[in-house]
Amino acid sequence: MVKGIAITGMGIISSIGNTVEENYKSLTNITPGISEIENIKTNHKSHIKVGEVKMSNHNLAVCLKLPKNHNYSRTALFGEIAAKQAVKNAKIKDINSCRTGLISATSVGGMDLTEKYFYSQFQETKNRRFITSHSAGDSSTKIANSLGITDFVSTISTACSSAANAIMLGARMIKAGKLDRVIVGGSDCMSKFTINGFKTLMILSETNCRPFDANRTGLNLGEAAAFLVLESDECVKKENKKVLAYVSGYANANDAFHQTASSKNGEGATLAMKKALKVANLSFKEIDYINAHGTATENNDASESAAICSVFGKNIPSISSTKAFTGHTLAAAAAIEAVYSVLALQNNMVFPNLNFETPIAETNIIPETKLVQKELNHVLSNSFGFGGNCSTLIFSKA
Amino acid sequence: MSKYFINGIGCVSAQKTTDTATGFQDFEELTTNLVSVQKPNYREYIQPSMIRRMSIGVKMGAVASSIALKDALLETPEAIITGSGMGCLQDSEKFLRNIIDNDEQFLTPTAFIQSTHNTVGAQIALGLGCKAYNVTYVHDATSFETSMIDAMMMMMDDGEKNVLIGGVDEIGKFTFETQKLIGHVKNEDTLANGILLSESKGAVYGEGAQFFVLENKKTNNSYAKLIDVAIYNELSEGGLTKKIETFLTKNSLSVSEIDLVVLGINGDVEYDEHYKKLQNLIFKNTAQVYYKHFSGEYNTASAFGVWTACKLIKEQTIPQSLKLNTVEVTSIKNVLLYNQYRGKNHSFVLLKSC
Amino acid sequence: MEDLKLELKKNIIEILNLEDLSIEDFDDNDSLFGDGIGLDSIDALELIVMLDKDYGIRLTDPKEGKKIFESIEVMATYITEHRKK
Repeated sequence: MVKGIAITGMGIISSIGNTVEENYKSLTNITPGISEIENIKTNHKSHIKVGEVKMSNHNLAVCLKLPKNHNYSRTALFGEIAAKQAVKNAKIKDINSCRTGLISATSVGGMDLTEKYFYSQFQETKNRRFITSHSAGDSSTKIANSLGITDFVSTISTACSSAANAIMLGARMIKAGKLDRVIVGGSDCMSKFTINGFKTLMILSETNCRPFDANRTGLNLGEAAAFLVLESDECVKKENKKVLAYVSGYANANDAFHQTASSKNGEGATLAMKKALKVANLSFKEIDYINAHGTATENNDASESAAICSVFGKNIPSISSTKAFTGHTLAAAAAIEAVYSVLALQNNMVFPNLNFETPIAETNIIPETKLVQKELNHVLSNSFGFGGNCSTLIFSKA
Repeated sequence: MSKYFINGIGCVSAQKTTDTATGFQDFEELTTNLVSVQKPNYREYIQPSMIRRMSIGVKMGAVASSIALKDALLETPEAIITGSGMGCLQDSEKFLRNIIDNDEQFLTPTAFIQSTHNTVGAQIALGLGCKAYNVTYVHDATSFETSMIDAMMMMMDDGEKNVLIGGVDEIGKFTFETQKLIGHVKNEDTLANGILLSESKGAVYGEGAQFFVLENKKTNNSYAKLIDVAIYNELSEGGLTKKIETFLTKNSLSVSEIDLVVLGINGDVEYDEHYKKLQNLIFKNTAQVYYKHFSGEYNTASAFGVWTACKLIKEQTIPQSLKLNTVEVTSIKNVLLYNQYRGKNHSFVLLKSC
Repeated sequence: MEDLKLELKKNIIEILNLEDLSIEDFDDNDSLFGDGIGLDSIDALELIVMLDKDYGIRLTDPKEGKKIFESIEVMATYITEHRKK
């Protein structure tokens, strides 16, 4: 029997909703969250489309009842909102009733604050409180403190695959008996830094992104946070917890091909998918749905398609990238797609790959373009990042 | 029960450490509030085609990892796990400054792609053609310790025979200036009497890269056995001693069985209190050493502590320049390392001679 | 044209940090990518910015760069024909 580490709670904030329910509604009503950028002043405004959370920092802080002089980055604001939802969803009354840890993922951390106060913090004392908010660990520390977690707290940054590695580490720590419960996920806000960074790579699309389409024109950046609560079997039994789904497989491999580009045949991705299947003790034939990385860049989609073909051969299951709904949320992407994978399992629903028309000639992969209702038992989710980091997670029905 | 032997070590630091055999007697205590690494001849270690885009942090990570692998006679590890509290600061600062100063125009990609926190781990993998597990931990002062915890799990659960782990952080000039603004780094340029006698707040800002090869078998080159690692986000006043005792008990040891304690004292009067309490109470009768007067403070400076401990265990002598007290020790068997930064992110590392 | 070629060689060495190369190492017809000088896709992006900044030539598709940056000779010809600065 395939089982894994129990998921007992989920929380999310993204451009398609501020709760798990809202996200599910947008996915099933086909309401994408891609728009013009509003919260950041950038010269590229008219040349990019983004998956932006429309709430201002002020409103997010109000939701969290933060004092006026707080020093939260937008990453920390998102993260705390999503993590609190997850803990509430898991019906945890006393966070320290067992050994509980937090593993978060971020790529930009507090870059939004650093770029805003870059020069002014030298003149104005009141802006210096944001200096400590820059580091990647700061948002995790804030989330941990707000939840009362004093034990194991860590942060992972492996670019766009970060949250997958956070979920993987959490599952492994429970399996190894090092923690009884762990809140895992990731958070990344948009910043001028990432917008301009991806712009220099010339991979930002001017229009809505088109994952796996032959005529795709690049990605839409997004921002989001999502967290899952993972618990040991003992915890689940002791507190008679409702299990939403299981993390049954995970793997991480490196493409070792180029600092930013993926290899043509997607070797790292292939290794990650194969290893994850092995950990889950599943055959590729048992995967019912692939939630692809599918960023809609020329390079990723070609490479990921090649990797999927080499793992699944001619038996490619239902596949879609949900990035046309949310944009590419970088370090948070694997966490929000973990939430979507669990929702898919719970509702037996494959979410559509929007804006697809023509398959890539070499691989001819045709993703689901409409909402599909079908029995799902195992979902595979890919996340790849700069530095050749390739991670795969497998989720299985509770 | 799995065993974790440290079979190779590599260090780029403010001291001449690229030759692992160099003795502590050649180390010079730092005297300023900013201390850079001694630059190795990078070309001896890194392919010319890769070097042109690398910042100091990536270069020193590549060098330290290459020294560690060579030391352990290992070509390609089965996993690469890196800790870096602040990531690739120099390229991040460079790209950010360009965005702001040039109003988002004429930006080039190189600094951006080299700025991600995982660049060091990625470039090591690329240089070795290593397609194995590769992760980067970026959690302030416990980034390196999380790498050790992960590595031990890799070898225990997943049957990996060896893992390359390391810590790396580079100086960013902008970050140095901002850290001075808020007093996390000392404001005075010179330290006349060393960090132990410093009476000011803030640490001495440094950089470095330390890598280690962990293997499941003892070799002729083994430095020490890694027994256990624990990290805590926060500890209460009285909690520290208690947690140390619990940590030791879990590993079937008592305080009196610890032969040497390695402390992360960094000269910040405000937070060195954490170490002082241990020095004067539970470890009063234990030999004590410190090391940040040679490395400076950075998020992964505790990796320099582990490097130092490895050498002490292998050499079985404690040089005067590291000593904090006069307790003599005849045999260095059990070594405990304790580190924290600004009262947060506490870590314990337990090493044993092998 | 010869001045432009020299300028290009100098700038390419500087921008791409090709410390090991000197101007004499570049033959006008050497292929810049692959087996020749050995540049890659990131270098191409750097050169696209150089075209914009120094010569007012703006490329929107990175694939266009591949043809233009074939060699110093091809680059110089293209710049001469299209430059706005």
